[in-house]
Amino acid sequence: MNYHWNWSIFFQTVPSGDETYLAWIIHGLGWTVAISLSAWVIALVLGSLIGTLRTAPNRKLALLGHAWVEFFRNVPILLQLFLWFFVVPELLPRDLSLWVKQEMPAKEFITAVIALGLFTSARVAEQVRAGIQSLPRGQMNAGLAIGFTVPQTYRYVLLPMAFRIIIPPLTSEFMNAFKNSGVAYAVGVWELIFVSRQMTEETGGQVIESLIVPTVLYILCAYGANRLMHVIEKRAHVPGFIVAK
Amino acid sequence: MYQPRILLALLLGLACQVGFAQQIDGTLKKVKETGVITLGIRESSFPLSYLDAEQKPVGYHIDICNRIADAVKAKLALGKLEVKHQAVTSQNRIPLVVNGTVDLECGSTTNNADRQKQVAFAPTTFVTNVRMAVKKASGIKDLDNLGGKPVATTTGTTSVQLMRSHEKGKNIDFKEVYGKDHADSFLMLETDRAVAFVMDDNLLAGLIASAKAPNDYAIVGTALSVEPIAIMLRKDDPQFKALVDDTVKTLAKSGELNKLYTKWFLLPIPPKGVNMNFQMSEPLKALMASPNDNPAETYKK
Repeated sequence: MNYHWNWSIFFQTVPSGDETYLAWIIHGLGWTVAISLSAWVIALVLGSLIGTLRTAPNRKLALLGHAWVEFFRNVPILLQLFLWFFVVPELLPRDLSLWVKQEMPAKEFITAVIALGLFTSARVAEQVRAGIQSLPRGQMNAGLAIGFTVPQTYRYVLLPMAFRIIIPPLTSEFMNAFKNSGVAYAVGVWELIFVSRQMTEETGGQVIESLIVPTVLYILCAYGANRLMHVIEKRAHVPGFIVAK
Repeated sequence: MYQPRILLALLLGLACQVGFAQQIDGTLKKVKETGVITLGIRESSFPLSYLDAEQKPVGYHIDICNRIADAVKAKLALGKLEVKHQAVTSQNRIPLVVNGTVDLECGSTTNNADRQKQVAFAPTTFVTNVRMAVKKASGIKDLDNLGGKPVATTTGTTSVQLMRSHEKGKNIDFKEVYGKDHADSFLMLETDRAVAFVMDDNLLAGLIASAKAPNDYAIVGTALSVEPIAIMLRKDDPQFKALVDDTVKTLAKSGELNKLYTKWFLLPIPPKGVNMNFQMSEPLKALMASPNDNPAETYKK
């Protein structure tokens, strides 16, 4: 292949300012991490709640949890992002709609976090449900028998074990949050993929360099998430239950 | 394999004396061996290269590329030349030309010095001005009116950098919003997410012409940049480059390029029969008289 390699582009100053492309990449990495972590907080909170609801004895609550999971899990993430960005603001009253579209600070970031957070919450919910259902039925009954209410049984008996059991699949979900955050470029968040595309354009087609660096950074982010979860898994482990070595 | 074919060509008197005296090399050799030439096309770069109602690539640059393909066929004395189409985007067009997937990129690519490190360009066949589309009702006349307002452009285009430079130079603070393609960016203007869309004027004219209410929009403001748009080919391929250059220059000199311009920019075009009504700019008139492949940098004053 007749490719003209040029790794020095990262130290070139961008045509529209004083910073280098390396500074852009670091800035992009910052947004990628910010979107992923914020979305992960939403996903974990809502996912735990919805996953728990799905196993609840109350049928209406279980149905709500079911609908939530099926909607957010069955619609592609990019489409969900566009729904939040292009469609939802149109449903608001006119003044509020204009405010959201033009004035709202960090609107692209917020939209991306909501979209990714809810998408991931459905997946976390399924794992929480699986974790709870993997426990012997007797645990619920035991909790009720010693006088706990249903919420108390969840809080003190079921969830502490369920969460420990699902740490491995949650690790994958946490890593996915980083990888899926790339869709945010589509609504114009200045994150890694955005920077990569803009760099390719401005440097006259140094596409390989502009892709390799974000690739390595994504690997580092996802691997970092993996190691962090590994530490949590070891710290939280209960003797006698499955746990990573 | 091709020896008998050359003989046949000579016998038929189709080959010119010099053409086959030298070794055929590069893209021409590839085309001769495979009997296929691949054109890179864009799906919505009106009216340079886009898909018509039957999803067939058409446009001003497609017509020019077909003339080049005819010239290749004549030069190589091929009985049959298959012309394949490969859709490209602004992100993958350069890699696809470099790696040989596409032989001629017939889209809307700016010829600039950075890109010339990777690829070569045919003589410039179109000149675009980067300006902005606004809603007429907004009363916006120039970029200086945009302080504090959201302004759209498309990710991965030169307009992003032009807008940021302008912002810095004039000390204006716009809120930039980015669509992932031109259709998304125009949607931002249409739905009031942005009050202006900064892009090549021919693309803006095309988007407006096919919008729901074309009369609501206007292209305004001074040009942020003047850019030569050209057909792109592989670098360091002198034989193919010479053939492409000759073909385009002949088209320009004979007045045929002018006719093609009129066909695509000043008359109704498919799929909706919209007339772009886009008069030829002064720099392009000059290029028609003396074609060249100078990069965008030489257009700056």
